[in-house]
Amino acid sequence: MGAGHAHVLYRESASPVHRLPPEVKIVAMVVFTLAVVATPRTAFWAFGAYALLVAAVAALARVGPGWLLSRALIELPFVLFAVALPFLGAGERVELLGLRLSEDGLYGAWNIVAKGTLGVLASLLLAATTTTRDLIVGLDRLRCPQILTQIATFMLRYLDVLVGEARRMRVARVSRGDDPRFLWQLRGFAAGVGALFLRAFERGERVYLAMLSRGYSGRMPAVWQGAGAATAGQWLVAATVPVLAAGVAATAVLLT
Amino acid sequence: MIGVVQPTPPSLDVRGVRYAYPDGHVALHGVDLTVPRGERVALLGPNGAGKTTLVLHLNGILTPTEGSVRVGGLAVSQDRATLAEVRRRVGIVFQDPDDQLFLPTVAEDVAFGPANLGLRGAELAARVDEALAAVGMGEHRDRAPHHLSFGQRRRVAVATVLAMHPEILVLDEPSSNLDPAARRELAEILRGLPVTLLMVTHDLPYALELCERSVILDAGRIVADAPTRDLLTDTDLLTRHRLELPYGFTPTPR
Repeated sequence: MGAGHAHVLYRESASPVHRLPPEVKIVAMVVFTLAVVATPRTAFWAFGAYALLVAAVAALARVGPGWLLSRALIELPFVLFAVALPFLGAGERVELLGLRLSEDGLYGAWNIVAKGTLGVLASLLLAATTTTRDLIVGLDRLRCPQILTQIATFMLRYLDVLVGEARRMRVARVSRGDDPRFLWQLRGFAAGVGALFLRAFERGERVYLAMLSRGYSGRMPAVWQGAGAATAGQWLVAATVPVLAAGVAATAVLLT
Repeated sequence: MIGVVQPTPPSLDVRGVRYAYPDGHVALHGVDLTVPRGERVALLGPNGAGKTTLVLHLNGILTPTEGSVRVGGLAVSQDRATLAEVRRRVGIVFQDPDDQLFLPTVAEDVAFGPANLGLRGAELAARVDEALAAVGMGEHRDRAPHHLSFGQRRRVAVATVLAMHPEILVLDEPSSNLDPAARRELAEILRGLPVTLLMVTHDLPYALELCERSVILDAGRIVADAPTRDLLTDTDLLTRHRLELPYGFTPTPR
């Protein structure tokens, strides 16, 4: 049973960005994204500036453009709609590459693709430089409701356990000749999902019993929150990117 | 230091415990069991004998229909403060370490118990280091539990309750699913711990190796209570209670 280091997005490194406490990176990412979203779509130069900022942070974090761009493909299904806009959009038509396209639609498509890509790239940089565990610690320090961080903590811990159980059940099913090819042959699979749910439920009960046995009284003790929280200096360092982005956004709004 | 061995009162004193599940099924028919401080006792019995039910009475998760449980002289009751103290004194290591280790890193999980007792800061960190050192897992404190081997996870599970400085350590099937080396390593660790130990197991050689005394629980009753070697050489008794020695293993009577 291979229990490998299942980091899908995190890239191990000791870069200055990696060393920043998670909470400042989360805030920086959110503020940056807000600045991008608030920028008027016609301020093309502003999006260039944002792209430069992302590239600078990526270089500092030693995250290569190939890694970043290939993972940014995840946004494709979400921006697919944008491709249709120039054809469907109303208003003035312009001639482009022999096609008569809606000018408004073109701007709309650009707006979605540019802002979406920058947001995805910023999130990817956060994920590449922060472990999932640290993300939860950061959210906790940002006073995110404990119920949410606790659910995320449990998910982080038990996702691998559940995936392992599902894999073993599938292997056992396939070993007995189950080979579903059509929808109506999925009975075994469906029963497996039900069994997995029951197992997860029962495990939940056992975990809770074990927690009770160690004195759990309904509230997680806030143990590590204090240690290693961000200093004022780290907040300032991390603030450079969102402050620059906010400056760009403000200028763009004033100019258009 | 983990646990201090002092004379009187006994670590565990179970008297006439009867328990019926809400559906009416009677799991325990009056169990008496005393474990003096510092002793290691094996609780043997076939599946469905009521072993786990008895264990859940020791720290007040289940409440006996009749009878009483005392841990280090303190009677288990449903009063909040008592319950918290009882759960400190009784450290239960459950069979599946994945049930016990629910936090993303080893150190956080070991800190969970003592933090529930109100410990913070340096004192808490000291408890964590001490407990992990006791099971030889000190260098893995920041690893994720699912990145450890099964044997390592079980050792961490032992550390999570050692960190609470228990009066008695209760282990549910400690040797199950371990490979021979991990099984031996765990035995070495358990033998070196200065705590009272109650070990629930089907692994008779393991009981013989670690525990001077054994009790057999069957159908909710204690049916035998004697030195482990005497019990394991009594073939009739073992057969009557669905216990079997592994093939090729024959303990010599004293």
